Amino acid sequence: MEKILDFKIKGRDFINAGESTSKMKNYFKKIGISSKIIKRILVASYEAELNVVAHADSGVMEIFVDEDKIVVTVEDEGPGIEDIDRAMQEGFSTASDEVREMGFGAGMGLPNIKRNSDDLEIESEVNKGTRVKMVFNVS
Amino acid sequence: MKVKEVVELIDGEVLLGDEKLNVEVPAAYSADLLSDVLALTEEDTLLITGTVSLQVIRVAEILGIIGIIFVRGKKPQDNVIQVAQKRLDIPLIVTKKTMFETSGLLYQKGIRPCKNRSAREV
Repeated sequence: MEKILDFKIKGRDFINAGESTSKMKNYFKKIGISSKIIKRILVASYEAELNVVAHADSGVMEIFVDEDKIVVTVEDEGPGIEDIDRAMQEGFSTASDEVREMGFGAGMGLPNIKRNSDDLEIESEVNKGTRVKMVFNVS
Repeated sequence: MKVKEVVELIDGEVLLGDEKLNVEVPAAYSADLLSDVLALTEEDTLLITGTVSLQVIRVAEILGIIGIIFVRGKKPQDNVIQVAQKRLDIPLIVTKKTMFETSGLLYQKGIRPCKNRSAREV
């Protein structure tokens, strides 16, 4: 797979969170991905980026493309997820008040990532970090 | 119903997008929680919200929101409006009415909820 874009993500930087999705949108439009699939990729990627901003110290988002799929990975250095099954449950959240005041932290991020991607892998180590791999079929 | 008529109906102030007021409103969705907007809406829609953070603009950009009504007289700060101006080509409207009243007035005039799912279906 060819890596086509990467972005650094800074923890607590809510101002720039979402800048990367703008650039992704333009790129995917240019290579002719349907708007329905673009929306799914952007929603899932934005949720994953927000998780890094809300919980971790720093992270990297990388986007890979081949003929029939797009893969987005988000890897962070941060607290990790203690119980991934629990985090996947709709409504479970460990978000701060700051995050909630901005309109997030409803405990729907990971379930929403799962719903919008065709395949999702989450690896996490407590006090080290989390790696999320999202696969989107485009053909 | 056009955005222009919605503005009149809710006694709204147009913050941005004067040239977009002739757009037809396809449907509407009311929520303060952006997590809900991201997870539960299933089509392009007008958004009625009391959330004025910068993230509401990002969410609108990602989802293809056709316009935003900020309720309860809450007006986004200038930097938020500036990002919207750069990134979105949609009207931003502020009304002093509550979310309940705004939604009710629109519903009464025939605007219906956008296609959506409940949190149990995420």
